[in-house]
This record gives sequence, structure tokens and C-alpha cells, in this order.
Amino acid sequence: MFELFKARFRHGYQAIPNPLKAGMDPAFPGLPVLDKQMDFELLNGVCPTNAFSEQGCDLGKCIFCGACERKFPRMIHFSNDFKMASDDRQKLIMAPGANSLAPIEFRLPSQFRRSFTIRNVCAGGCNACEMELAACNNVNFDISRYGIEIVASPRHADALILTGPISRSMASALAETWQAIPEPRYLILAGACAISGGIFAESPAIDRAFLKHWEACLFIPGCPAHPLSIVSAITQIMGIK
Amino acid sequence: MLLPMLMTPVVYPELDTFLKWIRESLSRGFQPFAFFGTCEAFIYCLMGKAGELELACCPFPPAGRYPSLSIDFPAFQIFERELFEEYGIVPIRHPWLKSVRHPVNTQPAIEDYPFLASESPLIHEVGVGPVHAGVIEPGHFRFLMRGEIVEHLEIQLGWQHRGICAMLCDGALAQKMYIAESIAGDSVIAHGTAFCGIVECLSGTEARAKDIRTLLLEMERVAMHLSTLSALAGDVAYIMSQNLFAAIRTTVINSTLSICGSRFGKRALCPGGVNYALTQDLIEALKTKMKYCALQIQNTAEAMFASTSLLSRFDDTGKVSTEDVIRYGFTGISAKASGVPIDSRVDFPNWQYPAFLVQTESTGDVFARAHLRYVEAMQSLDIIQELLKRIDPQSPICTETASFSPNQIAVSIVEGARGRVLHIAKSKDESTALWYKIYDPSMVNWLALSLAVQDEQVSDFPLCNKSFDLSYCGSDL
Repeated sequence: MFELFKARFRHGYQAIPNPLKAGMDPAFPGLPVLDKQMDFELLNGVCPTNAFSEQGCDLGKCIFCGACERKFPRMIHFSNDFKMASDDRQKLIMAPGANSLAPIEFRLPSQFRRSFTIRNVCAGGCNACEMELAACNNVNFDISRYGIEIVASPRHADALILTGPISRSMASALAETWQAIPEPRYLILAGACAISGGIFAESPAIDRAFLKHWEACLFIPGCPAHPLSIVSAITQIMGIK
Repeated sequence: MLLPMLMTPVVYPELDTFLKWIRESLSRGFQPFAFFGTCEAFIYCLMGKAGELELACCPFPPAGRYPSLSIDFPAFQIFERELFEEYGIVPIRHPWLKSVRHPVNTQPAIEDYPFLASESPLIHEVGVGPVHAGVIEPGHFRFLMRGEIVEHLEIQLGWQHRGICAMLCDGALAQKMYIAESIAGDSVIAHGTAFCGIVECLSGTEARAKDIRTLLLEMERVAMHLSTLSALAGDVAYIMSQNLFAAIRTTVINSTLSICGSRFGKRALCPGGVNYALTQDLIEALKTKMKYCALQIQNTAEAMFASTSLLSRFDDTGKVSTEDVIRYGFTGISAKASGVPIDSRVDFPNWQYPAFLVQTESTGDVFARAHLRYVEAMQSLDIIQELLKRIDPQSPICTETASFSPNQIAVSIVEGARGRVLHIAKSKDESTALWYKIYDPSMVNWLALSLAVQDEQVSDFPLCNKSFDLSYCGSDL
């Protein structure tokens, strides 16, 4: 018992006071800043997901491996800004010279402002996104302080947060879980795999037809998406400042 | 024996002599580490025991059938099923021949796989998954129940299959680091190091910064053990430990982030070495943080393992016997908790580890697996401090890998948090692999969970499941 008190005492108070304004380790690869003179073909040469185009860097494809930054440090630099979600797939493209993404305009209806329940479906994910999503609930990130709850049953959920590129085997289970969520329901995609297929986009073992039928309201990039990215993105669509 | 290394298989032209060799090496105390078919229409078998490996192969049997090894040696059961699934080769009289995963273009669909059933009116079935009531990976569990007691548990995986092995063979292997990092996102360093070992071995490159790799691997082990301990405490509603362990894990994985930018160690490794060096300031900061973690873990764990209400759930629950560990070839925590001291860090060291003794428990129950995780985490923190003293911030961190020598087979083994992570591959030409096989310890260890819950109350299933903490994506690939 005494050990537990000691551990509790040393633990102190570890909750991040305000996850929306938290400081981030400078080593974290967040929002990339591209030089106006960047050569997207050169960058694509080292990019495992061909995330670059004339328009800039597609954060939905980027796995933040840092290969481009290590090879061409003058063309691209990853800042430690973890706020990099969007409500529109097209708005995830970071233009050369820009230092932020277009703001998230989508807002949930007012009844979800203080209570928002989410059901996760992992469909071919590597378990990193799932662990980060679970970490959102721990004492550090404590997502439940905003009334956000990760629930077990789709019947209790307002939204589905998808992780993983959707393996063929999971396609029908995902669709069934989605159908079991009462309307109005919202779809959130977390991680490069869920948003674009990520590194598995070309694999014949994945089936992304589900996303042709249903539109997501929130895209959270990352490989995996960092808990702070997840918390800040979801609170934004809830209208929490 | 220093791994990774190139191996030349003994070629048996006849199946009979091949099978005889397997039986003979089993009698000498070897265990099957890998048994698989390849696109060259050969069956390969890698047998191993502490410090020794033997590799042999033989052409596919002409009739596509051979007498199953699993009847006498159940450790082969999952390998024979995989061989059947991938190449249609039938092990005659295999006790339960069905697909392991659900690879592309195979029938039936995964939803239509058969399950062991019972006609008895006393037995009812409970199916769970693939979508589970939590933030976890998909898998299907089918229980045959007698009242509240589990008679039989059949685990069907494959839902996470992404075709990793095929992707690794498509294009230059040295460029596939990011795929190796996504085999199992919670064992990035274990699988990543094993992959780097294959590339370095095939290209004859001596890797740099092995101490940094070891540091990351041990940090991953601590983080994984803490995550399991936290979840185990949560499963028996011991909330304080659940939260404290989760918070310590945050400190550990945030330290990994301060090294490489990812909490899971993605981006850290590259064939030839590592991508990011450690500065002296960072080394000092890590020393302090890891010291804090050791103190916190010790206090939290000592209190937890003194709680009688918690012990009444952990003790004698989900037992795996020593005989079964050997019989089925389980590895990692699942083996060590039942008194079998196998650990690749000692048996097949990739480099010079700081000296340590393999820790074991004897009871093989949930308590043993939980307590061993605590002991191993503390031991890893000692190793980490040792490594932090050794690491020289000035030493080079990476070297270019050369081109491959064609038609070579490389074997790479790393002790991940779950046990033996084994990669084996054959080079095709200067840069690509002809075939690439991955064995996560989970693949063989899932059967340990099935055995552990037999005759237990179904309510103890989550606890048993968590005590093994196996990977779905690691075995589904």
C-alpha cells in the first residue's frame, strides 16, 4: 500500500492542462513547410507514397517518414505543429510556401457539443493508430474531459473512427458496423492508411469501396495520428475552443 | 552464432529424406522456427534451438500431398496450414486443416470458414468478432461453452491481411523500410531491426549504431510490457495501476519520440544503421527519464502484486504447462512464464548485449505472465542505462548498403516484446527479394491462448487474452 502512495505521489498531476495548446517535442514531424522552389518530382523520388504534386504535399498520403526532409532539407521541413486535420480531403494538401492548412469549417450539430461518442473500427491497421486512439483516453490526454467517449457498441455511437487501409476481409464487417450506428452518424478517418490507403494503397489485399459510398467529415493525418492531433481535430468540429 | 546471417540450405531431392531429417532434428531438441513453401516450388524448413540453426529444403511433393507432421509434432500445425493455404499442398491427416489468413483470390471467403462444432445439447457456441468491443484489432473467437465454462476456443485470424510479404518482393527491398515498420505498429523496432538485418546480410553490409538500435528495442519492450500491465490491471478493475502504468508508458514512448520523432519508433531505423543520432543532452535527459520510470514501475508493481483481490484473479488463471510450451513451440513471454528460458537476445545475439540473465516464472498462469513483464521491464531499464553510458554521440550512425548477391538466403532473428521475430528471405537479383517470409511470435502463440482458456470461465477470457497480448496484424501480415 505504501508503495502505491509513493508511486501516486511521484506521479503527481500528469494530465496535459490544455491539449489544444500543448507544447510538442521539436523532434515531432508535424505540419510540413514546403519551399516555394520545391521540385515535386525530386521529392517523389524518395517518397514511399508519392505524396507530392505541383499543388504541394498531400498529408493524406504522407506517412511522415522524413525521407524527403533528410534528403532535401531545403525543400521541405516538418514543423512540430500537430494540428493538421481537415474536413475536406482536398484541403489536406499543404501548398508550397504555406504555413497552415485551410481552417476546419465543418461543425457538428449543437447536440453533440458536449457529448460525442465514437466507435473505432480497425480495418487492416498496424495497431499503432489504434494504440494512439486508446491513448487519447489515458490520464495524459484525457479526451473524456470534453465529453468525448470511445464506446464499445456502434448502437451507442455518434461517429465511426476508421483506422487502417480497409483490408478486403474487413470490408463487410466495417460496412455492417457503420450501418449499426444510428443516424445522424459521422465518419472520421485517422491515419494515412485510412485516408488514402497509405503505404498499402497499391496492395490487392485491400478494398476501399466503402469510402466511395460514404463521405468522411474529418481527416486526421499521421502515421500513426498523434493523440494531440486526434484530440484537437475532434474538439474543433465539436466547436470547443 | 551471430545473426543475421546467410544460410545455405541442405537440398533433399526426396520428400521422405526431408521429413526424416525434420524428425531427426526434432529428436535432437530442435524446434521448427519456420516451415513454408516458396514460389520456386520448394518447401523450406528452418529448425532451431539455442545458438543453433539448420535449414533444409525439398521440392513440392509431386502429388501435392505428404503425411502431416502435426500429428506427431503439433508445433507444425500452423505452418502446415499456411503451406496448404498458399500453395494448396495437403498435409494428409492434419488434425484441423483450414486457412490461416485470407490471401487474395482464395475461396471460400473468410466469413465462410468452418469452425469446430458440437452436436451435444450441453454445448452452446459464442462467437466474438471480428469487430471487438474496444479499440483493438479485428479477429474472430469462437467459443464452445458448457454453461459458463470454455470447452474449446477456436481463433480465426486473417482480417488484417494486407499482403505484406508480396509487397516486400515488389521492387527494391532496401526501399521497403516503411513496410517493415508497419508489420506490427507496436513492434516497429523488432520487425524493423529484423528487416534491416536481412537487407544488410544480403548486401554484406556491416550495420552502424547497433547500440542505438538496441536502446530503441529495449524501450519498445518496456513500453509494450507497461501497456500490457496497464490493461491487465484495468481488466480486474485495479484502476490505480492501470492509470499509473499507462502514464509511465507515455513517458517511455515520448522518449522514443524525442529520439526519432515517432512514439512507436517509426522513422528511426534504416538499412545500414539508424536515421537519427543521439546528442549528449538527449542521452542525459533519457538517463533521468528512464531512472524515473524504473522507480515508478517498481512502486506501482510492488503495490499491485501485493493486492490480494488482484492476485485472486491472476493466480492459477489461464495456465499453460511447460510440456505444452515445448510441444507447440511457443516463444517469448508465453514460454518464459512457463519456465522455458528461451530468449533470442541470448540464444541468437544480433550484437553484444549488456550481460543479463533470462528471467522466467514457473507457474505459467496470468500472474506469471504479468509478473514476468514487470521483471523484464525493470531488466530492460537496466540494459537501457548501460547502453546510454556506452553510446557515443559522435560515432557514425549509418552506412550505405551495397547491392545484393543473388540467390542467397538470409535469416534474421530479433527478440521482440512478444518473443522471437523471425525474417527469412532469398535474394533474386542485385536489389529484389524472390521471397520474403515473416514470422511474428504471435502466429504460433495464439494457440497458447486457446489452451489457456480451456476449462476456465469465459469471464476470464479478456484477462487471459491480455496476459498474452498477441498481435493480430503481425500474424495476418
